[in-house]
Amino acid sequence: MLQLDAEALYADLREGVRRLLRPTSAGPTSLVGIWSGGAWLAERLHRDLGLPGAHGVISSTLHRDDFGSRGLTAGRAGADATQLPFDIEGRHILLLDDVLYTGRTVRAVINELYDFGRPASVTLAVLVDRGGRELPIEAACAAARIVLPASQKLTLARDEAGRFSFSVRERQGA
Amino acid sequence: MLSRRNPQLNANGELIHLLSIEGLPRAVLTQILDTAGTFLSVNDRDVKKVPLLRGKSVFNLFFENSTRTRTTFEIAAKRLSADVINLDIARSSTAKGESLLDTIANLSAMQADMFVVRHAESGAPYLIAQHVAPHVHVVNAGDGRHAHPTQALLDMYTIRHFKRDFTNLTVAVVGDIVHSRVARSDIHALTTLGVPEIRAVGPKTLVPGDLAAMGVRVCHDMTEGIRGADVIIMLRLQNERMSGAMLPSAAEFFMTYGLTPEKLALAAPDAIVMHPGPINRGVEIDSQVADGRASVILPQVTFGIAVRMAVMSLIAGNQA
Repeated sequence: MLQLDAEALYADLREGVRRLLRPTSAGPTSLVGIWSGGAWLAERLHRDLGLPGAHGVISSTLHRDDFGSRGLTAGRAGADATQLPFDIEGRHILLLDDVLYTGRTVRAVINELYDFGRPASVTLAVLVDRGGRELPIEAACAAARIVLPASQKLTLARDEAGRFSFSVRERQGA
Repeated sequence: MLSRRNPQLNANGELIHLLSIEGLPRAVLTQILDTAGTFLSVNDRDVKKVPLLRGKSVFNLFFENSTRTRTTFEIAAKRLSADVINLDIARSSTAKGESLLDTIANLSAMQADMFVVRHAESGAPYLIAQHVAPHVHVVNAGDGRHAHPTQALLDMYTIRHFKRDFTNLTVAVVGDIVHSRVARSDIHALTTLGVPEIRAVGPKTLVPGDLAAMGVRVCHDMTEGIRGADVIIMLRLQNERMSGAMLPSAAEFFMTYGLTPEKLALAAPDAIVMHPGPINRGVEIDSQVADGRASVILPQVTFGIAVRMAVMSLIAGNQA
């Protein structure tokens, strides 16, 4: 079974994100985490990198492309609302997610972002790129690039102390 | 024939039509309220529109007039990117003698995906829901004296917004309860969500006797009815549904049951006052109360759009 050290990957991601941050002269940059794993990353990176202001949280729910077949997933409603405590217009946005797979969530999230204004740029950084892309979307920074079969689901968890861990499970119904 | 399963739910217990609050489990009501919270924030965006119902056609079928309800359904559907068709049905097909089901069959042939129905006959939305194709959804926007489920849901959203928890509240529903589908739906929703004390307040002629069986405390005395209440839901006096024998006069009704600042002072100090609108100032509610600090009548209207977005997007995403 695949073992991923999420804490070690986080340290690599933190250095990668540090390099991606633009000089303040290029205009304001904000971290925006994709609910829920990416939001944990954005929160911790914002603190560890000592960034000013607040980080944002963004949800794919209202722009998902599988709404027609899956509907609004029960139990998630309301828990994952987008919160962007700054003006998007003209701002550099660094999107964060735990796992990059088909790219469909990132597509939905970019649409969501544009409902709030026109950002100066959008960059993506992830903990793990697991391959399997179905859209032309790439991460500028990935702490690990691996290939997982479609039958497996990679999930990030956060314990009470705020430490990350990964689990790999067989997908239900796959 | 009606199957024994609630016709609003599919085999997985998911909502496919919204016809009545009665018989819906608490989890479904809570899911609608939670989802409405997500949609409320859409109103604050630059782009007040999400693509969940893109390519779908929503037909507003109002056999009875209602500017406010029809407009909020229309805004909700448009914010979900649906195409909205408003039919002035009372003045067209029905007037020419077409039956309800023939009207529905014809509109279905125009690729309708959802019907929002208001009808003077109780049960009309049920009849429609039984005859539409499996991919078509029906929302009851008020049928006869029976139900007005989206109004009840927006009332519940309003109560939860201001009071947070249902399980420690006293809620008084005041006025013309016998003619009110809002009251009926509100009482079902309040009961399902666990409100411990629900009072129905009004004259004997306007409060049905069977309410006690639903766990509602019937009060014919206004003072007793609103004393200590956390939430007061005032109802409109429905002159158009009433024959003269039920009430001596509107002025006398206001004297006894109209909500004035003096009567409101008997309620809990942080009580909220709600009304489904349109309000009759000086009949069931005094202007000082309608425009006062306790009134949440206008927030109800705003929440109504988010609640209707939630209902339409939830049912559209569930398969029959």
